[in-house]
Amino acid sequence: MFRLEVRTSTPAWFNLALPLLAVAATLILCSGLIALAGAGVFESYGVMFTASLGDSYAITETLVRAAPMIFTGLAVAVAFRAKFWNIGGEGQLLAGAVASCFVGAIPMPGALAMLLMAVVGAAAGAAVALVPATLRVKFKVDDVVSSLLLNSVIYYALMALIEGPWKDSFSGYPISPPIEDLANFPVLIEGTRLHLGVVVALLAAPLIWFLIARTTLGFRIRVTGENPEAARYGGIHVERVLISTALLSGALAGLAGVGEVGGVHFQVMSDLSPGYGYSGIVVAMLARLNPLGVVPAAIFLAAVMTGAEAMSRATGVPAFLSDVIQGTALLAMLVALLFTAYRIRRVGAAS
Amino acid sequence: MSAPLIEMRGITKSFGAVKANEAVDLSVAPGEILGLLGENGAGKTTLMNVLFGAYAPDAGEILIHGKPVRITSSADALAAGIGMVHQHFHLAPRLTVLENLLIGIPGKSGRIDRAGGLQRLAEIGRQHGLMLEPDLPVSSLSVGEQQRLEIVKALFRGARLLILDEPTAVLAPSEVDGLFSALRSMAAQGLGIIFISHKLNEVRALTHRCTVLRLGRVAGRVDDPANTTSSAMAQLMCGHEIVPPARGPSTPGEAVLTLDGISTSKHSGTALRGVSLAVRSGEILGIAGVSGNGQRALAEVISGVRAPDTGRMTISGQTVTRFSPREVQALGLGRIPEDRMTTGLVTNLPLADSMVLPRIGTAAFSSRGLLKPDAIRAFAEAQIKAYDIRCPGPMTRAGALSGGNLQKALLARELAFDPKVLIVSQPTRGLDIGAARFIHEKFLDMRAKGRGIIVIGEDLEELLVLCDRIAVMYEGRIVGTLNSADATIARLGLMMTGAEGHS
Repeated sequence: MFRLEVRTSTPAWFNLALPLLAVAATLILCSGLIALAGAGVFESYGVMFTASLGDSYAITETLVRAAPMIFTGLAVAVAFRAKFWNIGGEGQLLAGAVASCFVGAIPMPGALAMLLMAVVGAAAGAAVALVPATLRVKFKVDDVVSSLLLNSVIYYALMALIEGPWKDSFSGYPISPPIEDLANFPVLIEGTRLHLGVVVALLAAPLIWFLIARTTLGFRIRVTGENPEAARYGGIHVERVLISTALLSGALAGLAGVGEVGGVHFQVMSDLSPGYGYSGIVVAMLARLNPLGVVPAAIFLAAVMTGAEAMSRATGVPAFLSDVIQGTALLAMLVALLFTAYRIRRVGAAS
Repeated sequence: MSAPLIEMRGITKSFGAVKANEAVDLSVAPGEILGLLGENGAGKTTLMNVLFGAYAPDAGEILIHGKPVRITSSADALAAGIGMVHQHFHLAPRLTVLENLLIGIPGKSGRIDRAGGLQRLAEIGRQHGLMLEPDLPVSSLSVGEQQRLEIVKALFRGARLLILDEPTAVLAPSEVDGLFSALRSMAAQGLGIIFISHKLNEVRALTHRCTVLRLGRVAGRVDDPANTTSSAMAQLMCGHEIVPPARGPSTPGEAVLTLDGISTSKHSGTALRGVSLAVRSGEILGIAGVSGNGQRALAEVISGVRAPDTGRMTISGQTVTRFSPREVQALGLGRIPEDRMTTGLVTNLPLADSMVLPRIGTAAFSSRGLLKPDAIRAFAEAQIKAYDIRCPGPMTRAGALSGGNLQKALLARELAFDPKVLIVSQPTRGLDIGAARFIHEKFLDMRAKGRGIIVIGEDLEELLVLCDRIAVMYEGRIVGTLNSADATIARLGLMMTGAEGHS
C-alpha cells in the first residue's frame, strides 16, 4: 500500500524535473492514441520533432508560434502569483490585436507606428483585465468566471467589428483592413517569419522574472497571493496590488495580440488566435509560474502545434492530437505538482 | 489497577537523523486520564501520530487490552477504538452537525440512518453534557462547539481511548470547565483519555497520572499530579529549573498610545463600544477578557487594519485615527498578531520574506522599488541567530517552523525596529514554558527601556505576572481597569462576566 506524506521542504531540482516528468508522461499517454489511429508511435513523434525543431526554418516557425504563448504564459504566471485567476487571456489578446490593428492602419512613420501599436494594444488588454479585477475587489465577484466569460464578449465584439464596419467591402470577407506596410514588424532572418515581436517576447520573460523576484511590487504580488491577510496586516494595500497585477497581466496578454497583428497576420480575422490565451494557462502551469520557465514551456507547446500538422499530413493521425497533448500536459503537470507538497511512502508492507 | 486499555512499548521513530521518539513506554488504564507533557518538539505529537496510525514506528509495539495490534492508518485506529481530537479540526464546514457525524458511517441499504444518528447524538449529549444542535451547519458553530463535535464524533465511532491534542488552547476559560466535566464523565464510564497540554495548572486539575517527554524520551512520570507542584513538572519537562521572570518596579512616563471613545461598526465579530484606554512608556497594560468580546476589533483598530466609526487614537500625541497599517508602523507601532499562521506569516514563502514583510518598502530592504536581497537575507540571518530561531536557514519555508519558533520570528521582526509601543495578542498560546519565558523576558526588557506594551490575553496568570495594569473587556467595552497589585484571578474572572470593576 502507498500513502501520501506531507513534505517539509521541496528539493530545488524538482523545479526542473517535474515539468520534464509531466512532458514525458504526456508523450507516453498520448502514444496510445497514436497507436489507436494506426500510426507508428516513434515515427509520428519523429515527424513531429523534425517538423518543429528539425532544421533552422522549422525552429523559426516554432518560435513565431511560441511568441504569443510566451506573452499569455507570462500574463497567467503574473496573475496566478497574486492568486488573481485570470482565465481571460484570450479576450485580452484579442482586444490587444484589435486596438493595435486600429492604430497600425493609420499612416505614420514605422517605428512610431510599432511603438504606438504596442502601447495601445497593451492598454487594451489591461483595460479588459481591469473588469474582472475591479468586480472582484469591489464586489467580490469570482474572477475565474468573470474573466472567462469576458472572452466570449470580446470575441463576439471582434466578430461584430469585422462583419460590420471593418468588413472588406471589396471581397466581402469578414477581415479587417490591413495595417500599413510601414507598421509591419521587421523580419529578422530573410526568408523566415521570425519577426521583431518574437525577440521582444523572449526579452519580456527575464524582465518579468526580475519584476517578480527583485522588486517591491513583485514581493507584494507574491505575498498577496500567498496570504492576503498577512499582507494586509503587514501594511500592503491588497486591493491595489490585485489591480496592478491585473493591469500587468492584461497588458502582457494584449501584447500577444499585438505581435500576431504586427508580425504574423497584419490584420484581424476571426481565427487570429487558435486559443493562445488558453494555452497560456498550460504554459504557466508547466513553468510552475516561473517567468523564466515560461519560455521553454511555450516553445514545447508551439513545437507540438507545428509538429502536429506535419504529423497529420505524414501519418494520417488527426492534428487534433495537438489539443489532446496540451490538455494532457496540463493534467500531468497538475498531478506532478502534488509531489512538491507530498511524497509517496510505501506503508503496511512487512516491517 | 486493571489491565491497561492501551499500552505502547519501546516506541522509536526517526525522521532522517532526528530521533523524534526513542524507546517510549506509555499506558492508559480504563477510566484513566493521562497527561502527556513535554516542550514543543519533545515528541508528543509524533508519539500520538504513531498511535493513531499516521506514522509507522521504527521499533516498538502497541497493545490493546494486552493484545498486540498493528495500526497503519487512521481507519485501523478508529476500528481499534482510538479517537483523536486534533488541534486543527477535521470538519466539513458546509455540512450540518449530524452530517459530519455520519460521514463514513455505512447506512442502512445505502441510505443515511438519520434517525439512528439523531438518537446516538442525543444519548452521547445527555451522558457527558456534550449537547449539539444536529441541524446547524458546522460553519455556524463556535470553536468550542466544533471541538465538542470532534469529541462526539470520536465517541460516535465507538472510541474507547480519546486523544486530545492541546484542546484548551482554543477555548475560553468558561468553556474549559465544560470540557473538563465532559472528560471526567467519560473517564467515569471507563474510557481512557490522553490529554496533551502545556498548561500545567490544567494538567494538575484534570489528570490522574502524567508521562513527561523530553527530547523524544520519557523524562519522568508523575503519579499524583494534583499534589505535584507546577515547577516540579516544569523541571521534568525542561531538564532544569524555571524561574518566573521578576517584574521590577518601573516608573511609567508619558502615554505612548491612547484610545478615546473608539467605536466600530459590527463588521465581523464583536464591535467596540466607546473604548478608552492609554498605555504609558515603561508600562505593560493587559487586556483581559473571554475571547470574542471585541479583542480582535481592538487589535485591528490599533494596527490600522480597521478604521473606527467614532473616537480618536493617538501615538506619541499624534492623532492617527484613520491611519493605514503602514502609517502606524512608521510611527513606531509594532504588533504580534493572535494568529501566527493567517495574519502573521506567509507560510509558503521563505521565512526571510515574512520577517521583512511589514518593512519591505523602507530603505533597509529596498530602494526605488528594487529589493535588496542581500540585506533581506542578512537581516533574517541576524534575527535567527539573535532569537535562537530553530530552522535550517532564512530561506526555509516559514510554515515548516514550529509554533514557538514562529512566535520568536514574529517577535524578532517587530523588536528589531525598537517599536515605541507593541500590541500583542495571546503571546504565548501553545508555547512551552521555555519559549514563553523567553518571550516574557523580551517584554520586560522593552518595558525597562521605556516602551509601552499592550498584551491581549485570556491566561489570567500570565497577565498577572506580566502586566502593571489590567483592563477587562466585555461585549466590546472596557468594564474596568485594575492595578495588578489589586487584581486577583477571582476579581478579574468576575469582571470578565460583565460585572463592573473599580479602578
